Amino acid sequence: MRRASLISVPYLWLVALFLVPFLIVLKISLSDTALAIPPYAPTLDLNQGWAGVRAWLDGLDMENFVFLTEDNLYWKAYLSSLKIALFSTLLTLLVGYPIAYGMARAPDEWRPTLMMLVILPFWTSFLIRVYSWKAILSQEGFLNQFLLWLGVINDPLTILNTNIAVYIGIVYTYLPFMVLPIYAALEKLDASLLEAAEDLGCSRTSAFWLVTIPLSKQGIVAGSFLVFIPAMGEFVIPALLGGSKTLMIGKVLWEEFFSNRDWPVASAVAVILLLLLIVPIILFQRNQEKQREADQ
Amino acid sequence: MAQAAPSPARFAPWDDPDAKAIIQFQNVTKRFGEFTAIDDLTLNIYEHEFFALLGPSGCGKTTLMRMLAGFEAPTEGKILLDGQDIAAVPPNKRAVNMMFQSYALFPHLSVYDNIAFGLKRSDMPKDQIDARVTQMLALVQLEKFAKRKPHQISGGQKQRVALARSLAKAPKLLLLDEPLGALDKKLRQDTQFELMDIQEQTGTTFVIVTHDQEEAMTVASRVAVMDHGRIIQVASPDQIYEEPNSVYVADFIGDVNIVKGPVTPTGENKYDITWADGQEPIHTTCTRDITAGTTVSFAIRPEKMTITTEKPTDRPNTIQGKVLDIGYLGNISTYHVQLPSGEIIKAQATNTRRIHRRSITWEDTVWLSFTDTAGVVLTD
Repeated sequence: MRRASLISVPYLWLVALFLVPFLIVLKISLSDTALAIPPYAPTLDLNQGWAGVRAWLDGLDMENFVFLTEDNLYWKAYLSSLKIALFSTLLTLLVGYPIAYGMARAPDEWRPTLMMLVILPFWTSFLIRVYSWKAILSQEGFLNQFLLWLGVINDPLTILNTNIAVYIGIVYTYLPFMVLPIYAALEKLDASLLEAAEDLGCSRTSAFWLVTIPLSKQGIVAGSFLVFIPAMGEFVIPALLGGSKTLMIGKVLWEEFFSNRDWPVASAVAVILLLLLIVPIILFQRNQEKQREADQ
Repeated sequence: MAQAAPSPARFAPWDDPDAKAIIQFQNVTKRFGEFTAIDDLTLNIYEHEFFALLGPSGCGKTTLMRMLAGFEAPTEGKILLDGQDIAAVPPNKRAVNMMFQSYALFPHLSVYDNIAFGLKRSDMPKDQIDARVTQMLALVQLEKFAKRKPHQISGGQKQRVALARSLAKAPKLLLLDEPLGALDKKLRQDTQFELMDIQEQTGTTFVIVTHDQEEAMTVASRVAVMDHGRIIQVASPDQIYEEPNSVYVADFIGDVNIVKGPVTPTGENKYDITWADGQEPIHTTCTRDITAGTTVSFAIRPEKMTITTEKPTDRPNTIQGKVLDIGYLGNISTYHVQLPSGEIIKAQATNTRRIHRRSITWEDTVWLSFTDTAGVVLTD
């Protein structure tokens, strides 16, 4: 009985804050646009009793999902999001792994400080941090001024409002999510394993590839999913840093919702995005379970 | 005591001036900052030896081993392997393998792949690797466990995998860092004999680091007793035990009674030691010349003493005392005998009779006796 009530708390939380909102979005995605408040039809009118429910059910159809397949904007946006998310996950891994490695190798007394430095950016609003990148990356921004002053370039580079700025933004924002799981895996690594590998004929480099990388694999996988999943649906970063050519599904969704005021199509876009993300989420869960087993 | 060679001649290359050492430490010093871990150490280790480095923690034995493996470089002096200075050779290029104290088995690889790890890094052809791994699995009797991961086998099995892995490349020298430390006592004893068998079968030179003197005595052909980065004595286990060269070694290895006093020569190689008020001087022999009046330590093992209720008439040394304590160990008992002057002397006797028929008990007045060759005179 006590156990059931304990378990029920997270389940209630999920039902109230995930399942119910999802069902509402799903319902809207099956509706039609209407010039009304709320801007879709049909709405459920319980005053009419059973007939009202039937009329409501009759009004629902898959029209919006069919529409998503007809206009190539949508699948291009999904594909482009996938591409940007994959590529920026890879970039985050390339930047994050050396940081995590350096932290794990640092003297014990340094580690809490380094950990603090990784977490510190979370103390400021995410929006402000992304916004300030505009000041760094713009034509008159700090980066261009610095490079001009160094004499590396003669004309300012166009970084802001391109995909490069989006990659910079995603790598910067999600770096801690990559660093922390890899650090956790590397910190557990027994240094004598590397000595054993060297003793058995490995060079330092091959010991890294044959021992360090396989033993931090679960950290790499966890970090990659933690970056990939939110990056896929990212809206703020492409909206603030990306240009008109940056096509991401989060931006399309926002435009459908606010510019077009087409709630049903926007909801359909959201439902498809969620279904696409279920695959990596399940894979992520599997990885976590495997890790838990390995730790026992 | 291990006798590595089955030939009738005793295996003792260290006594042979023509024998060539496989490892030579020449005036090796190792410092970590201010701390001197190894202090001007010179030592030869010979082929097929089972050499034990014994000492308390922090005595430098592990540093010595890590220098052999290549993880530390000497600050001063030279280490020669087969006559060649190995200072510049990195660990992965040395014909030396190490069995780690923690075993350091790769958790992501199976038992088979752990053993094959070193072979795959060499230029050995694939089919030979397989044959070699199978051979190693048979050597440590783990054929059935080849596919298991390290976390699926017991501590004793892990120890054997680690041994097989370090022997797979047929190194000239195998280093064992506290190899049996993590095993319980019974398993440790069995494994000690297994180690000796494997060492004989493979003919590899073994260097073992241990703080367990019993282990060192059991497995080694020679034992080096270390303290503060220096070697105090290198000798076969029986010599270390019976003829320690210093109070430190006598005290470190096994149980011992040590008394001090000035010495008086009484004849050729014969001395008397005056050691306590109201006690007869100890009559002993010593092959070295000692000046009269020098204060010496006299060390005698408890089992070299006889304990009786009547004063024996045929022994040169007899001491009377009262039984203060009895340590019962099953097969033997240790008697703590207090002398009238207050000193406590330990004597050991085999329990040939069952305990309720024991003739000596607490508070009994007893006689301790020993011959004039039972003890060792130490002048340091």
